[in-house]
Amino acid sequence: MKNVEVTPGMFSSATVRPSLKTPITLVVASLVVLVFFGFLGKAGDISFVWSDKREALQLPPFIVNSMFFCTIVGAVLLMIGLLSVALSIRGTRTPVWLIAIYSLGAMMALLGWLATEATQGVQMIFILSNTLVLAIPLIFGGMAGIMSERVGVVNIAIEGQLLTGAFVSAIVGSMTKNLYVGLIAAMIAAALLSTVLASLAIKYLVEQIIIGVLLNVLVIGVTNFLYSAWVDDDSINLNFPGTFEKLPIPLLSEIPVLGQVLFNNRITVYLMFILVPLLWYVLFRTKLGLRARAVGEHPLAADTVGINVAKTRFWWVTIGGAVAGLGGAALTIGNVGSFGREMSAGLGFIALAVVILGRWQPIYVTLGALLFGFTIILKVWANQVSPGIPVDFITMVPYLVTLLAVAGFAGRVKPPAASGQPYVKG
Amino acid sequence: MKLELRNITKRFGTLVANDKISLTLAPGEILSLLGENGAGKSTLMNVLYGLLQPDEGQILLDDKAVKFSGPGEAMASGIGMVHQHFMLIPVFTVAENVVLGNEPTGKVGNLDLEAARKLVKEISDRFGFDIDPDARVQDLPVGAQQRVEIIKSLARDAKILVLDEPTAVLTPQETDELMDIMRGLSKNGTSIIFITHKLREVQKVADRIIVIRQGKVVSEASPKATAGELASLMVGREVDLDTKKKAAKLGAETLVVKNLTVLDDRNQQMVDGISFSVNDGEILAIAGVQGNGQTELAEAILGLRKIHSGSITVAGKDLTKSNVRQVLEAGVGYIPEDRKKDGLVGEFTIAENLMLDGSFGKPFAKGVQIDFAKRDEIASKLIQEFDIRTPSAGTFAKQLSGGNQQKVVVAREMSRDLRVLIASQPTRGVDVGSIEFIHEQIVAARDAGKTVVIISTELDEVLALADRIAVMYRGRIVGIVDAKTTREKLGKMMAGIAA
Repeated sequence: MKNVEVTPGMFSSATVRPSLKTPITLVVASLVVLVFFGFLGKAGDISFVWSDKREALQLPPFIVNSMFFCTIVGAVLLMIGLLSVALSIRGTRTPVWLIAIYSLGAMMALLGWLATEATQGVQMIFILSNTLVLAIPLIFGGMAGIMSERVGVVNIAIEGQLLTGAFVSAIVGSMTKNLYVGLIAAMIAAALLSTVLASLAIKYLVEQIIIGVLLNVLVIGVTNFLYSAWVDDDSINLNFPGTFEKLPIPLLSEIPVLGQVLFNNRITVYLMFILVPLLWYVLFRTKLGLRARAVGEHPLAADTVGINVAKTRFWWVTIGGAVAGLGGAALTIGNVGSFGREMSAGLGFIALAVVILGRWQPIYVTLGALLFGFTIILKVWANQVSPGIPVDFITMVPYLVTLLAVAGFAGRVKPPAASGQPYVKG
Repeated sequence: MKLELRNITKRFGTLVANDKISLTLAPGEILSLLGENGAGKSTLMNVLYGLLQPDEGQILLDDKAVKFSGPGEAMASGIGMVHQHFMLIPVFTVAENVVLGNEPTGKVGNLDLEAARKLVKEISDRFGFDIDPDARVQDLPVGAQQRVEIIKSLARDAKILVLDEPTAVLTPQETDELMDIMRGLSKNGTSIIFITHKLREVQKVADRIIVIRQGKVVSEASPKATAGELASLMVGREVDLDTKKKAAKLGAETLVVKNLTVLDDRNQQMVDGISFSVNDGEILAIAGVQGNGQTELAEAILGLRKIHSGSITVAGKDLTKSNVRQVLEAGVGYIPEDRKKDGLVGEFTIAENLMLDGSFGKPFAKGVQIDFAKRDEIASKLIQEFDIRTPSAGTFAKQLSGGNQQKVVVAREMSRDLRVLIASQPTRGVDVGSIEFIHEQIVAARDAGKTVVIISTELDEVLALADRIAVMYRGRIVGIVDAKTTREKLGKMMAGIAA
């Protein structure tokens, strides 16, 4: 007797060549950089500015000819693109780190090309620190999304929770003249909103998407009404909270470039630094996290080992709501300084997309959110340094990069298996 | 630990699933609960395990009455259960699955996975399970997954272990291994309740047998009883365990599958370059443990699944790139393995279900409109012919018993003008009476000169029906043998060992 030979694993895998979409996009984009930014580019100089004027330690700006810089970068990108084509033909996927390097290069070329001959140059600190600040609401929203999807509840209402947090923190912060009270009030209000989603979805098994959409519409309606009927008439007392003070961290904030970007921020940013690793740790290194993920993957199995599915889902969704509330507060008292109508402007939905892009992993979701933060600041900045440029066209670029990133990641990780499915006891 | 169930009654609406069931279980005893599908065995065990609350009756552990509001409490009292559908989380490791709900933790509340690994290793070594604590459950074969389930119960100090249809997914060899494990456990003082409908296994391993029929304990039997005696106790009447069939009269070669490869969504070759052919007037049985590519093979023939390479022809007509409708029109009938998911629309009436395949033309449609009179006429005829027990043709399919639902599917598929019949698990979850009837229908089709392929994981069914047997293992055909092959040899083939 002989054994039937089978390659390791249950079934042998077919050799299916990875799609050529990613490599081809990489090559085409690098040709765009090479030809339009390089050969046909602008003749002047680019100056990359690495230091703020206020900093003690000043780094000299990096000044380079625009055409030369973009040609070199474009050539490097083209090489990466061709390498990717070769890898695909030989049956391997393009590694993610390679795509990351490519993206960075492409961004630098784009920034440089935009700022050629601009007097202020490419202000790296301005761009990076604003990227971070603008990404904060998205990151908190994304963490809220992770917390509810990991336990199997799809939370479309992040948008509404952000808006609630933004509104409540501004009003309460103004009325009490204490921003910390405003922050806590925002968390409580958004958590309460989340309990509505949680109890309707878990106890009464209402379709999760419908509740989410309705909650979003409700919050927009209520905040708009209160804003025009009440807040707007007395905005000095009701909608003028100001923002948290910046708290530079001693020593760390002195580090060139990074110190200014990372360690000279408001408390909302520092809270993010704490929350993201904490959530990762709880999810993947504690029993709370193990149970939560079990509930999101296979609730019946969790039930049979004595885990209370409904309770687990309820608390994770509710606390997730509080986190989203924090994100809303970051919009007002963490950045702008007052509330405006519908100021969350779709950030909650982008957060949902970022959750998927980041594969339900706190660290990856944070990186994804930063990418979106960058697109927002890019729009503003491009208009300043290079007036007359079609800004909408420029803002397309980071999304193209996002698409590439998704293509690199795609198909490797599945969402929590029971996401969106109500659990009914037999 | 001693267990006693006293007058347990559980109702679902008007259906009495458990009717005053009483039983006792001594320490270290292997008690077998024998009964047909739907007799109420699983319901009883779910009551014991705290997943369901009894309407009446008591559970006593060591003569003390207990009440379990959930599985957590049952487990804390020393009851463990291995469910028919495993309660494992596919993306977790073995160690994570074993400790879930009962996790060892370190100083800051962090998960102590090292302790979890040691626990798995220790139990696994003690019983010779050979399980790697760091393997992901989704990468393990089913037999190993089942051992993970047993480890899970033992890790919680289960004194009473309930095994719900544990052999359904195992090869004969794995089944024997499981029996050894059961004996080893019982020697160590663990009591076991073994739920099954397979007579052979009961005879092999049980100390005592309790037969349940329609929610009631009908009798207690000794493992020395013959299979015939046990079967008639289970069904409630004399049962003929052998299907009678005449010698096959082979006609032309009709269904030809050549080098067929079918992929799943992860590009695994679920069907891995297999070839076979079936003649008119012949039944080819495709045997094998569940999940070795049989489902994908059937779906590929039907045009439900994309074919990666290879070809399928029926009576010389190439169907490799055909869609389902073209395949059906070529004369292929298909009984899917999961009638609730793929065979019927539960919310439709029987008459509507019987016309699902022919809704686009004659005889069911007149122009764009359904010919209701014709539909009902055909429905009543088929209900008669196929012995579908139903109040009327307007009854919803979901209200029928499993056996009658299956007969609806069989009636629809076999009432077309067939050339080839593909029947996947034609009698899964069906009562013995319906099994006999469906088997007769399949043999009749073969005698009428049709080409028949049955796909079954039950060796009994394979041996009862087949003229030839092909055994599938991990997407390949281990061998095609004649119907007189012994169980032992088929069992080895099902584990991938070619003759």
